[in-house]
Amino acid sequence: MSDTSEFQPPDADGTPAGEDMARIARDFMESLPHAKALNLSLLALGPGAAEFALPYDAALVGDPDTGVLHGGAVSALLDTACGAAVIMHPEGTEGTATLDLRIDYMRAATPGQRLIARAECYHVTRNVAFARAVALDDDSDRPVASATGAFSFTARPRDGA
Amino acid sequence: MSGTGQGRPEPVQVVKQRRDAALAGLVARVPYIRFLGVSFERRGDELTAVMPFEEKLIGNPMLPALHGGATAGFLEVTAIIGLGWALLWDEIEGAERGGAQAPVRLPKTIDFTVDYLRSGLPRDAYARAHVTRAGRRYSSVRVAAWQDNRDRPFAEATGHFLMPGRAAGNDG
Repeated sequence: MSDTSEFQPPDADGTPAGEDMARIARDFMESLPHAKALNLSLLALGPGAAEFALPYDAALVGDPDTGVLHGGAVSALLDTACGAAVIMHPEGTEGTATLDLRIDYMRAATPGQRLIARAECYHVTRNVAFARAVALDDDSDRPVASATGAFSFTARPRDGA
Repeated sequence: MSGTGQGRPEPVQVVKQRRDAALAGLVARVPYIRFLGVSFERRGDELTAVMPFEEKLIGNPMLPALHGGATAGFLEVTAIIGLGWALLWDEIEGAERGGAQAPVRLPKTIDFTVDYLRSGLPRDAYARAHVTRAGRRYSSVRVAAWQDNRDRPFAEATGHFLMPGRAAGNDG
């Protein structure tokens, strides 16, 4: 299981909402040591959604002939974004861990450009969340990579259940 | 088999030096491997990737646990170097040995799927790749990573790779 957190999702009662929530989430997610080492930044959060950016860095290159980023760095970006989207799902009660993650590499990321990952948690059950994400460079019509994964999840009990 | 068949076996240090230099050259080409702090140990043609623990690999500081992205990167590095090494091995130990100084181009990842079996602990990690299919155009690789106990891997992966073309474009 991988990363993400003991970070608490947005809650109707008691926990901060709106901008406070976004600030806390940003501080938390950007403070994860590996996210910090990659210089990941949080761009946006919404219910079941998250967007992160990975700046281009020569230290993360996988193919020295072309200067293209290594897939591992792209994986970390997509995993982080998917995990955050799961945490941001309004029915969740706890942090999450990655159960599995598949990445498809559609094309090489353009050297010198930052990557943005847009993730959504598109379905949850009581115990599992399903998330997907795309990684985009400046040519946002042609994704660089996509990810789909399953994540641990604990749904808030429903009324009358 | 190395050597030309008839002659006396090469001195062991010559063989080791050639293989270690080829491996070091392959690994040193990839900046991201340095970023993760990964190195490779060699026994004959068998490679074990080692990722010594570092704080910057942590995803969840509260557990603490390795970041899923660091784990995925470690597995993918192990797979790519494993494939690149298999190509290189054929060149430096194969029939046309000695002529191959052209840098081996690395395979490109088509897709990569990681199973996170248990939490990655804040300690050193090891991984080995197994090439399940070595094709001219496509190859499939499985990788397993473990920490204290090799029988209890903390992550496994399978991936598909586009092989570098010797003659670009017509390597059908």
